[in-house]
Amino acid sequence: MKSISIKQLSVSFGAVTVLHDVDLEIAAGECFGLVGESGSGKSTVLRCASLLNATWSGKIEIDGKDIRTMSIQERCRTMQMVFQDPYGSLHPRHSIRSALELGLIVNKVDDRETKMAQAMRDVGLPVEFLDRYPHQLSGGQRQRVAIARALVLEPHLLLLDEPTSALDVSVQAEVLNLLVRLREEKGLTYLMVSHDLAVVDHMCGRFAIMQHGRIAEVLPREAILDGSARDPYARELIAASIEYERAI
Amino acid sequence: MEPILDVHNLAVHYRGAPNPAVGGVSFQLGRERLGIVGESGSGKSTVGRALLKLLDTADVTADRMRFEDIDLLNASEKQMLSVRGKRISMILQDPKFSLNPTQRCGDQISEAYLTHFRSSRAEAKTRALEMLEQVHIRDPERVYNLYPHEVSGGMGQRIMIAMMLLTDPALVIADEPTSALDVTIRLQVLRILDGLVREKGIGLIMISHDLNLVRNFCDKVLIMYAGRVVETLAARDLDNAQHPYSRGLLAAQPRLGGARTPLPVLERQDSWLEPDGAHP
Repeated sequence: MKSISIKQLSVSFGAVTVLHDVDLEIAAGECFGLVGESGSGKSTVLRCASLLNATWSGKIEIDGKDIRTMSIQERCRTMQMVFQDPYGSLHPRHSIRSALELGLIVNKVDDRETKMAQAMRDVGLPVEFLDRYPHQLSGGQRQRVAIARALVLEPHLLLLDEPTSALDVSVQAEVLNLLVRLREEKGLTYLMVSHDLAVVDHMCGRFAIMQHGRIAEVLPREAILDGSARDPYARELIAASIEYERAI
Repeated sequence: MEPILDVHNLAVHYRGAPNPAVGGVSFQLGRERLGIVGESGSGKSTVGRALLKLLDTADVTADRMRFEDIDLLNASEKQMLSVRGKRISMILQDPKFSLNPTQRCGDQISEAYLTHFRSSRAEAKTRALEMLEQVHIRDPERVYNLYPHEVSGGMGQRIMIAMMLLTDPALVIADEPTSALDVTIRLQVLRILDGLVREKGIGLIMISHDLNLVRNFCDKVLIMYAGRVVETLAARDLDNAQHPYSRGLLAAQPRLGGARTPLPVLERQDSWLEPDGAHP
């Protein structure tokens, strides 16, 4: 189990600053949520942590080690990301096998067949599906493949960027159950972005509410219902979510 | 109450597809709010589009498909031009894609009026400004002259609503009107739409995957699965839905403050695909 700590993370695109001194401490084995309106910078935090966006200032450490000092292999085997849209994140002309295997080849991992078969079993897909193409799978199955692709390198930390918002509720339930089970079995740490507070409530112990590139407030799960949020925007977001669920 | 829309046994078959996308859909709509819910691929949007005859790659059949005094099934394209946007209008999911990026928002609203009524540009503009005010836009003159990229998602969707209600339609089809919006403004937009629909006595078909939404903003709900209606019920009885599919959808939804036990997963059964929507 590994912890992640984000200190003074700031990002600017030209003259526009999209993240202002974001500080987050996520304990080993925790599931931490990031919520906020679109454009608030929640996905940008994940893109910085995974170095998909490398132009930022501040410090990100995993178990006390600066991610900028890690080699690509070490970083990729510590931390993996799952994207929002399973229709967009899998290459349509690559079989599931090649999607999973490429990460193993690049990171010079041996015994690839066993690792891939294990990853497929972990996410509850038949091993034969390795020879299928994305268009032969449903949305939920594709998201399982995306999770398997992240797990095949045996990371300690998963960055989940709206992992279920492109899915139907019935399929979302399957994927959320899968993520809960995997975290328990493998002792993973999750940093999960979501716009749905009910999903965060179901999954996470603590969460941060973001607005305009800043952390408005970090709250425990219980704060959703007990009204202990202090920040005005956090209160508004929680109230709107509760009202939306129980309106009229 | 005389229904404004009467659909009986509607079926839609995309050419080249082995099975019909929609089959055996029947419902009547008065000046009330009907929700159509289901998963992606259940045919709910196809029903909305079939009503407006927007499916030129599909064969649409029905025993009856009447809107007021118009037989939609046999209406000519010319007739449909005077129905679409005037008598029946449609609000789409994402204003980013449904507004023309190269035209000012106000001009697009006026255009809806000019297309369907003989009037001067000045009158159309006055009407558009009035309508912007009705969708709670504070400074209509300013917003009239903005381009779509200069407005937020919530404002864009209110502009869409203004455009669609300006011609005083009898029926509005809203296809996932708030799915692209943040939760903090979703309710605001829904309340504006709901208020106007009630005030003007417009029939509303709300197409959504979101059970919470139809529960709160509809009178009646059709639940669709694989192109068929499996259950029809009053929105207030949604919690007492009988069909295992409806119950499965409701149970799979995580709730604020809910127990953290694994979410119940929908067990699909082949019997749901039978024509009568048979269930125990």
